[in-house]
Amino acid sequence: MKLSVSIQVNGRTYDREIEPRLLLVHFLRDSIALTGTKIGCDTSQCGACTVLLDDVAVKACTCLAAQADGCSVTTIEGLAPDGRLNALQEAFWTKHGLQCGFCTPGMIFAAQALLRVNGNPSPEQIRHALEGNLCRCTGYQNIVRSVQAAAAAGVR
Amino acid sequence: MATTVAAPARVFGSGIRRREDPRLLTGTARYTADFTLPGQLYAAILRSPHGHARIRKIGSSAAKAAPGVVAVFTGADTEGVLQSIPCAWLVPNSDLKVAPYPPLARDVVRYVGDAVAVVVAESAQQAYDAVELIDVDYQPLPATVDPEHAVKPGAPQLHGEAPNNIAFHWTVAGGDVDAAFKAAEVVVRDRIVQQRLIPTAMETRGALAHYVPATGELTLWNTTQNPHIVRFIMSLVTGIPEDRLRVIAPEVGGGFGSKIPQIQGDFITVFCSMKLGRPVKWIESRSENYQSTTHGRDHVQDVELAATKDGRILGLRCTVWAGMGAYLSTAAPGIPTILHGLMLSGPYKIGAVKEDVYGVYTNTTPVEAYRGAGRPEATFMLERIIDRLADEIGVDPVEVRRRNLIPPFDNGFDVITGLKYDSGNYKGALDKALAHAGYEQLRAEQAEARKKGRYLGIGVSMYVEICGLGPSQVAGAVGFQGGLWESAIVRFHPSGKAHVFIGSSPHGQGEETTFAQIVADELGVSVNDVKVVHGDTDITPMGWGTYGSRTTAVSGAALAIATRKIKEKARLLTSHLLEAAVEDIDYANGKFFVRGFPDRHKTIQDIALMANVAWNMPQGMEPGLEATTSYDPPNFVFPFGAHLAVVEVQPETGHIELKRYVAVDDCGPQINPMIVEGQVHGGVVQGIGQALWEQAVYDANGQLLTGSLADYAIPRADVLPDIEVLSTVTPSPHHPLGVKGIGEAGTIASTCTVYNAVIDALEPFKVQSIQMPLTPERVWRAIAERKGA
Ligand code: FES
Ligand code: FES
Repeated sequence: MKLSVSIQVNGRTYDREIEPRLLLVHFLRDSIALTGTKIGCDTSQCGACTVLLDDVAVKACTCLAAQADGCSVTTIEGLAPDGRLNALQEAFWTKHGLQCGFCTPGMIFAAQALLRVNGNPSPEQIRHALEGNLCRCTGYQNIVRSVQAAAAAGVR
Repeated sequence: MATTVAAPARVFGSGIRRREDPRLLTGTARYTADFTLPGQLYAAILRSPHGHARIRKIGSSAAKAAPGVVAVFTGADTEGVLQSIPCAWLVPNSDLKVAPYPPLARDVVRYVGDAVAVVVAESAQQAYDAVELIDVDYQPLPATVDPEHAVKPGAPQLHGEAPNNIAFHWTVAGGDVDAAFKAAEVVVRDRIVQQRLIPTAMETRGALAHYVPATGELTLWNTTQNPHIVRFIMSLVTGIPEDRLRVIAPEVGGGFGSKIPQIQGDFITVFCSMKLGRPVKWIESRSENYQSTTHGRDHVQDVELAATKDGRILGLRCTVWAGMGAYLSTAAPGIPTILHGLMLSGPYKIGAVKEDVYGVYTNTTPVEAYRGAGRPEATFMLERIIDRLADEIGVDPVEVRRRNLIPPFDNGFDVITGLKYDSGNYKGALDKALAHAGYEQLRAEQAEARKKGRYLGIGVSMYVEICGLGPSQVAGAVGFQGGLWESAIVRFHPSGKAHVFIGSSPHGQGEETTFAQIVADELGVSVNDVKVVHGDTDITPMGWGTYGSRTTAVSGAALAIATRKIKEKARLLTSHLLEAAVEDIDYANGKFFVRGFPDRHKTIQDIALMANVAWNMPQGMEPGLEATTSYDPPNFVFPFGAHLAVVEVQPETGHIELKRYVAVDDCGPQINPMIVEGQVHGGVVQGIGQALWEQAVYDANGQLLTGSLADYAIPRADVLPDIEVLSTVTPSPHHPLGVKGIGEAGTIASTCTVYNAVIDALEPFKVQSIQMPLTPERVWRAIAERKGA
């Protein structure tokens, strides 16, 4: 059995026939070839797959593509469409908030979600907000600094 | 009015933003899992659910008939096609027993995760579905998982080749250790268990193999730290000649040692592509990664220290049982031996050392390098036993360290294990850490807090590490089945932009930036005009890979020398073009000029153009502006440092709060301090993870109980304080840039720093030892036991 879905991703609508069990993360990576969203686990722990679903940060491995039918998704590819980094990406760059970069797309969206609700978070609040996103390279410290810098630059 | 113009900031030493980041920040970087080739198939591997079992029969007909399935292969199919997976570090004088390590198990499985069969299908989902349909009839066998128990009589045996499961017995000895213990006024002992850890790079392992039968050529995209080693080993195992074998390490999402070895999945994927003549991709799930990609540490250590009453160390004697897992992984035997035993003198003058290391086969995932690889295990032993000594003789632990430190030296110091450290100022690092932390003040606060029933602890650990591996002659002498040199090519294009090609393979450490800084600093070009290329064996020159904090130390040296060759050629060409004597050509800020006549000059861009068009070259000079250097270091480099942690323990709950962490590291001159700091942060946090949270647990049957990220606790953002990062600078005398390495430093020091702090906090309870990780329950139990006693 196949399902038809229509999902808007980064402003473009994709109509696809999918298997009902297809996860959103596999829809993004395999069905429409947006591989910027990463998979780091199989137990919904790592947050590498975090995207915005109708402006809410979700782990795309915990969500069926069918559930995103009719919704709008933002992935990492959607943040700098003309190649110019947005202020949040810029902050991660300036503060060395990434090393291997594998956790980065998910971190960016977890940070974005925090800044939407709290434009001036304390380091503790940032650390708390990022607890569902694992990074093995940075020790998180420069990620915290990146989010602080983004907040200071007015990212909301 | 005179205006002063600030001298241009030197690009070497400035914390500029990384060149690799824009692609990583925009999702345009490509990791192995992100590639799809036309006609690509997907492999899913069936893995043993048993720690030890005989395979009686494999039924694969249902899987073969499943939708989308193209083929199912088992170990029998690899007969005559794939050789056993080789071990590449054959430590001499250790009676090493290398048991066969089949890419797909043949008759017996020896750990949970051992590869049993593979399904290849048109889609990944179909492959995973069909794996479920394979029916394996296992006869379970008794298992053994603990390295100390596995050597005892009656333990289940893994390999006929290795009686009592002993893979090797290695000894390091220097000085007269028996005399030291005879002369000792104080002897302290400890038993330390370095628990098994799982490296957990956020990208799991995977491979995409494309074999073309018509040409016999294989292209392999692989999650690896060392593509040239992959090409070599893959060639040995598959018989594909190295000239037909191209290995690409695209973007790689962290490694920490787990992407050094060649693992079963790599060979299986290549085998499937060879058999089917189509591209085949295999990407591990995290659970599969935890079972089947390598683990780290797993030592049981008995340590004894002989000293005088005033705290002078006379000798160190240790026995270590090092778990190797079910098979010897690529570099495994060298880790608890060469990279461990030789480092037992640390930053101290110790007159006698003896260590016996038993490498032991157990029914567990193979053990490999994990960040620090051998050196954290050595540092922990030494730094822990020194705290025990301090406690025994009633002297402050910092003072005991001071009494034993090697005095500052800048060109060689011989330690009793046979190594020659390059340079060190250990006291300098210690003083800086103590001054920054306010050590006296902290001790006063601790005393105050205790009066109020609060338990603060202060822990210190120092370290020296061996890295920048290393002189190839030494590599050969210690049984490493390869070299350890590196090469670099610098190529200037007509427009004055340059490419750098290196054989090593960074995967997050930032060398695309720091190496551009090296070239920019030497030749006055912009960092943005230098592109660093790595990770493709068809394009890059030979190199042995990125591990052991060796890339900047070895590759960076090759690059510095190649860049200087460019400079020399530019000087010669300038002299020719300006018709001036070579001795009169000076260089400053990107310009070659006639001494005393700065206007008579050529920029490096001018020279790049003139060398490339080659209209007017001096007699005998080759066209082009390109240089290649292969660099084999004369010695290792030995970074060092002193770390300090402050914790508070709640005795009622066993909860540990890490309040402060101070790291002083000395990796010589820093090319990019921002990147150095980032390496320290990440390293320190991994070491803290070992002290407080991480442990791979097996039950007696060899079941991995921590088989996913739901059960294995790597550090999260909300459980850590900021790390206070400082440094001292002691150049290496033998490196062309004086630099050492910083990739592993943080991990090497931090585990024992935090551990010592926790035990210090519990001093009123006389707790001396708790098994890591220091979970609240274990801490609480340790206190309760002492109270009971
Ligand atoms: S892939 Fe790990 S949480 Fe989604
Ligand atoms: S940068 Fe490598 S996992 Fe976060």
